[in-house]
Amino acid sequence: MMALRERAIVSPQSVPSLPKHVRIQHDPVRQAFAVLSPEKIFWPNDISLDILRRCDGRSTVGHIIADLAAEYDAEQEAVAADVVAFLQEWSDKLLVKL
Amino acid sequence: MSEPLLPPIGMLAELTHRCPLQCPYCSNPLELLKANRELDTQTWLDLFLQAADLGVLQVHLSGGEPTLRRDLEQLIAGLSARGVYTNLITAGVGIAEGRIEAFAEAGLDHLQLSFQGARPATTDRIGNHKGGHEKKLETARRARAAGLPLTINAPIHRHNIEEVPEFIDLALSLGAERLEIANVQYAGWALTNRDQLMPERDAVERQAEIVAAARERLTGIMNIDFVPPDYFAIYPKPCMGGWARDAFMVTPDGTVLPCHAAQTIPSLSFERFGPRSLADIWTDSPAFNAFRGTDWMQQPCRSCERREIDWGGCRCQAMAIAGDAAATDPACAKSPIHGRMAMLIDEAQRAAAVPSKDEQFVYRRIGVVTEPA
Repeated sequence: MMALRERAIVSPQSVPSLPKHVRIQHDPVRQAFAVLSPEKIFWPNDISLDILRRCDGRSTVGHIIADLAAEYDAEQEAVAADVVAFLQEWSDKLLVKL
Repeated sequence: MSEPLLPPIGMLAELTHRCPLQCPYCSNPLELLKANRELDTQTWLDLFLQAADLGVLQVHLSGGEPTLRRDLEQLIAGLSARGVYTNLITAGVGIAEGRIEAFAEAGLDHLQLSFQGARPATTDRIGNHKGGHEKKLETARRARAAGLPLTINAPIHRHNIEEVPEFIDLALSLGAERLEIANVQYAGWALTNRDQLMPERDAVERQAEIVAAARERLTGIMNIDFVPPDYFAIYPKPCMGGWARDAFMVTPDGTVLPCHAAQTIPSLSFERFGPRSLADIWTDSPAFNAFRGTDWMQQPCRSCERREIDWGGCRCQAMAIAGDAAATDPACAKSPIHGRMAMLIDEAQRAAAVPSKDEQFVYRRIGVVTEPA
């Protein structure tokens, strides 16, 4: 029997990763990075890509936020809100595993 | 052309028309191709490489039943080596032991499994294949055990529309990430069986409510894609995302088509891969250019603010119902003959209400229909 699945909610301790059916790939024809999933293809902007690339199954959300805040020289709180909202949306579409 | 030609992004490869099931709504043409007309392994591999060069990122391996091709592992491996995302669309009956694991090993990204019913009796009756349901359950379990992500596809019509809640439970119990509740489109065999398949209005409304509630409830647990029945619609579907806009399909003999039913448009002729390169066909084929963009449109499409949302809807439905492939899809409320859709629904209801009416489907079989109906 399979355990009943539940909706995952993003927390600073979550360790996001890309599920097996989702992958980021550079497309030489369109010169852009594509996110490939079963029926849909997404074209994330630079910031979304920076988040998705850090979903490596090792880094916590807290760590990802600190890392991005340092890289973009931005307020941690502002980055946190954006990252959490983004990851929750992608988790809800089953494109990111928490 | 009013806009620049885009590279194709998706390709549906119908590897074979052979299939153990006989679903009366199959999207394959009425004139099915026999095995001796199928492209060989090397030609498919060449075609896949040309597709990838052209910009295709995703290939859906379909049929018929694609697992009847003994070289499927090789085809998946070829695509995978080139970085193309592969989706296997299977009926999931009669797949030999060890093959699903071999597909996964070859690099398959995702598996889509059809269920004709949520109940065994329904699945077996619609597919006209005894024991089919049980085999599908086994295929789902093997796919999950092999670590493959899973979509359950449920084609919906009059005879299983009440099973929608059970389809949702079934997909959850099988560990699917995705469920497609896809109401049958009346092309191919489904057009032949339209009166038998047309659901009732009340059932269509109930279904929409059930799906909306389930989507809400299952956010973050399972994705549900819903394809509503377009005879009941206000706006048409943007068929294939627009004719020859970013996707195409290939039949078992290598004929390259903008959509499943394109061969029902008698004014068009289609070209085969081999004699011509895929790039040539995509760019220059008169059939691909016939309904590309918006220049071909008549009124009311031409001046409609939705013309680049719907792309005029389905050309084949316009052909089948309006008798003109360049007409507005009659599914659109703005079509002058939109009322004909309601008449066709009512006609089907009346046919179904007569108890003595022969309830037999025309099951999909090679040689049943030799001329397009």
